[in-house]
Amino acid sequence: MPDVRLVNVTKKYGKIVAVDNVSLHIYDKEYFSLLGPSGCGKTTLLRLIAGLVHPDEGEIYIGNKLVNDVPPEDRDIGFVFQTFALFPHMNAWDNVTYGPRVKGFNVKKAETIGHEVLEMVKLHQRLDAYPNELSGGMMQRIAVARALAAGAQLLLLDEPLGQLDAKVRNDLRYEIRRMTKDLGLTAIHVTHDQSESMVISDRIAVIKRGRILQVGSPKELYMAPKSIFIAHFIGESNFLEGYVSSINGKQLTIELRGGTEIKVIQQNMRKGEGAVLAIRPETLVVEKGRKKKRNSMLGIIQRTTFEGTNIRYEVKLENQDLVVVVKPSMIEEWLNLGEKVTVNFSPEKIRVFAYPEAGLREELTVE
Amino acid sequence: MPKPRITNTLYELSSKTMIKNTIYIISTIIFFALILLPPILGILIKWNTMQDVFNQPKLVSEALNAIAASFAVAFVVSSVDVIFGVPMAWMITRGKSKWLNVLDTLSDIPFIVPTATLGYSLLLFWSEPGGLSSLFGTPFVSPGWLLIILLHFAFSFPVVVRVMVGALLDYKLEYEQASRTLGAAPLTAARTVTFAILKPSVIASFTLAFARSLSETGATMMVAGVFVNGPIFIKNHINETGALVFVSFILIVLSSLVFVTIRLLGSKLRLPVNKVWPMTERKLSTSAVASSRNSVTLLVFFVVVLVPSLFVAIPAFEAVFAGILPEALSGLGLWGDYWQSMALSYLVGTVVTLLNVVIGLPMAIMIGRKKLGNGLSTIIDMLVNIPIIVPSVALGASLAIFWTENFSFIPEIWLLIFAHLSITYPYFVRSMSAAVERINIDLEEAGKTLGAKPLCIFRTITFPLAKYSMLSGAIMMFTRSVSETGATLVVSNLVTAPVLLVNWVKTGVPTMTLGLGCGFLILFSFIILLILRLVARGRRTY
Ligand SMILES: Nc1ncnc2c1ncn2[C@@H]1O[C@H](COP(=O)(O)OP(=O)(O)OP(=O)(O)O)[C@@H](O)[C@H]1O
Ligand SMILES: [Mg+2]
Repeated sequence: MPDVRLVNVTKKYGKIVAVDNVSLHIYDKEYFSLLGPSGCGKTTLLRLIAGLVHPDEGEIYIGNKLVNDVPPEDRDIGFVFQTFALFPHMNAWDNVTYGPRVKGFNVKKAETIGHEVLEMVKLHQRLDAYPNELSGGMMQRIAVARALAAGAQLLLLDEPLGQLDAKVRNDLRYEIRRMTKDLGLTAIHVTHDQSESMVISDRIAVIKRGRILQVGSPKELYMAPKSIFIAHFIGESNFLEGYVSSINGKQLTIELRGGTEIKVIQQNMRKGEGAVLAIRPETLVVEKGRKKKRNSMLGIIQRTTFEGTNIRYEVKLENQDLVVVVKPSMIEEWLNLGEKVTVNFSPEKIRVFAYPEAGLREELTVE
Repeated sequence: MPKPRITNTLYELSSKTMIKNTIYIISTIIFFALILLPPILGILIKWNTMQDVFNQPKLVSEALNAIAASFAVAFVVSSVDVIFGVPMAWMITRGKSKWLNVLDTLSDIPFIVPTATLGYSLLLFWSEPGGLSSLFGTPFVSPGWLLIILLHFAFSFPVVVRVMVGALLDYKLEYEQASRTLGAAPLTAARTVTFAILKPSVIASFTLAFARSLSETGATMMVAGVFVNGPIFIKNHINETGALVFVSFILIVLSSLVFVTIRLLGSKLRLPVNKVWPMTERKLSTSAVASSRNSVTLLVFFVVVLVPSLFVAIPAFEAVFAGILPEALSGLGLWGDYWQSMALSYLVGTVVTLLNVVIGLPMAIMIGRKKLGNGLSTIIDMLVNIPIIVPSVALGASLAIFWTENFSFIPEIWLLIFAHLSITYPYFVRSMSAAVERINIDLEEAGKTLGAKPLCIFRTITFPLAKYSMLSGAIMMFTRSVSETGATLVVSNLVTAPVLLVNWVKTGVPTMTLGLGCGFLILFSFIILLILRLVARGRRTY
């Protein structure tokens, strides 16, 4: 059964460390995403698993078998390329049945499999068309069908939806997940789109500069990010800077710029240490008027954006910090530009991090 | 970033249909006026002399036999070329060693050695007492059809390697990787995907080798013995214009037919990519098989191609020890003329290469993109081959008639350059148009949709994707020009290095001097090509 295990895997291209000492366990039948900004090494990691590139150090196991020296054709995988890489000299049908054919199945069986997978991706017309005659969505379906037809239990997808328009992308996300679940496959899906990885995955590994920052379910990553970068990269966060002004057991008092104090629960911080509060926009409560109380700050609405489901406010706080607040647009009363407001924090929903050594801006860069 | 104004203006201009068409028309006119017509006009003018041949049935049947022999040799040679040249190109492009750049350049050597000298070199190696035969007592391979095949293999092998190396370097590896992840063994992936996609280049390389074999005269003469093929027949009947016209004409017509067939069938013919023999191909993909394939390829290359081609230059080493080197370098006696002719050869080679890149590029794009519609493009494509199909004796005679009789006011050096333009043009256009044909038109269209002007698309998309094929084409032209002997002799009295070396052979200069003369030429060309290659390939990314 194909679980995938990487142990201290490193891959360098000259001076660039594309994959930096990565250890990872992807369980059998799991839908797993490798998520990270462009150039962070996702594709390289996936290609290492596929055997298309070779690690400089470390071991890779598929289904408990060490595969470092196993060529791609013997790893029993399906790979969907970012650019699809459909064979330009074969029509759609020949592309799809390529896997069964090169594996030496007899013609009948290859055809049966071909029909099955095309059934699955819901593509029946235009099977005699060549790749350059197909639309992006069709190419994507053919690419997935081709990978499935090889009969592998492990499906590797490199930004399979990256080249499609938003609507098609949304539909196909669910379809890919459904298919892999129906077939009981293990899937590893590379993407830089956090919303895509959130809806599609059982678990996600967030990667930055070749290293894994955190592995967890979408919910864990969203609710309990372990670093400022994750809080920033998964969903959206406001970051406010301050320092620990007093400690009372597990309760810390953080003094923000401008003197406002907010009480939060957190361990492992020292008095006087610099701190960054990560606050999800939907946890902030804004009220009309200026009513200063505990855990709140005064501010002015500086911009409003109507997004359909939500309405989004940018509020300039009294200490000149800017925060974003998101409210369901059909439920709450709308606030006007320039309106004076009070912003209330919910301390139990705030996450506190030590101020990063390299500075907040550096920590947040996605490069 | 603001673009320099001149680039901008050029980009703007390139999007005007009129300008684009003007460029295509000019390049077509240049092709006809400068490249195609001069070599065949001589033949066409003397059209009616063919009657003389028809009056002699015996001569006709001899001529036809000779032509048949030419085709047989060309077919065998170019097939064997592909069989050994493709693995060689594969090894050069897919291996990891830095030495492969050297091997790549070594494979050009038979192209660098002046053809007449090459024939002499092979003769020394295979059948004269000083060569292999000294090991066996009797001539190891006597002059005749086998030696001709060995010779033609040696000088057309680089063509296949050059075209295929360019093609493999420009090829997008992802298709092959996709095939591997689907379970194909390396051999299966290469056969059903890589070479199926690179088919236009395989065909181009076969065609070039075939044409080259059909037309070569100078070297063939030296090793033919009593064997007669088309060019030798012409040579033997050099005073009967009718024979020249007749044989050249049939060679052109028949080979054009062959090429059109190859081209038409080639795009229709689906290689058996749907048939797979998983077990067999898997066994043939093991690293043991791969390394024995590499060894055989290398062995064939060294023993049949490289060493025989260099054999004539071996006395150069003796010469160095015998102290001839300082004399040669000081340019005394014989050597003064020698260095002059070397300078001339490289000058002509450079000018010809640059000019042909400029006039050949629009043509390559026109053919590769079928700008003139399917039919017309196929015809032009076929015409492009003609200057290398015409036997070089006939070509030389024809060029001489055309240029010296009609345009004697043109300085001799330009006549020489024009002649070389004709001879080398097909190598560039053939290799480049195959590359252009392979580039997915989507990519260029993508460029267009992003607002890029045609020239900009070429510079930013087509060129980077085909640059290795372009480099290969340029290398073939340069080497071919530097080593051309037959036509050069006839067209002008200028003494290029190959002409000088032939004179040396004829006048019987000491072997050491001759060896050193060949040695310098080979060494310099080798260094130039190696540098070119290292610069172009400085950042290999595979
Ligand atoms: N073949 C290669 N040669 C040299 N460097 C490479 C090669 N492949 C990748 N790299 C480098 O390794 C790093 C990681 O690349 P990789 O393609 O894995 O990133 P990625 O996360 O997939 O990015 P994207 O989202 O843009 O596809 C990059 O800095 C890239 O430049
Ligand atoms: Mg990538």
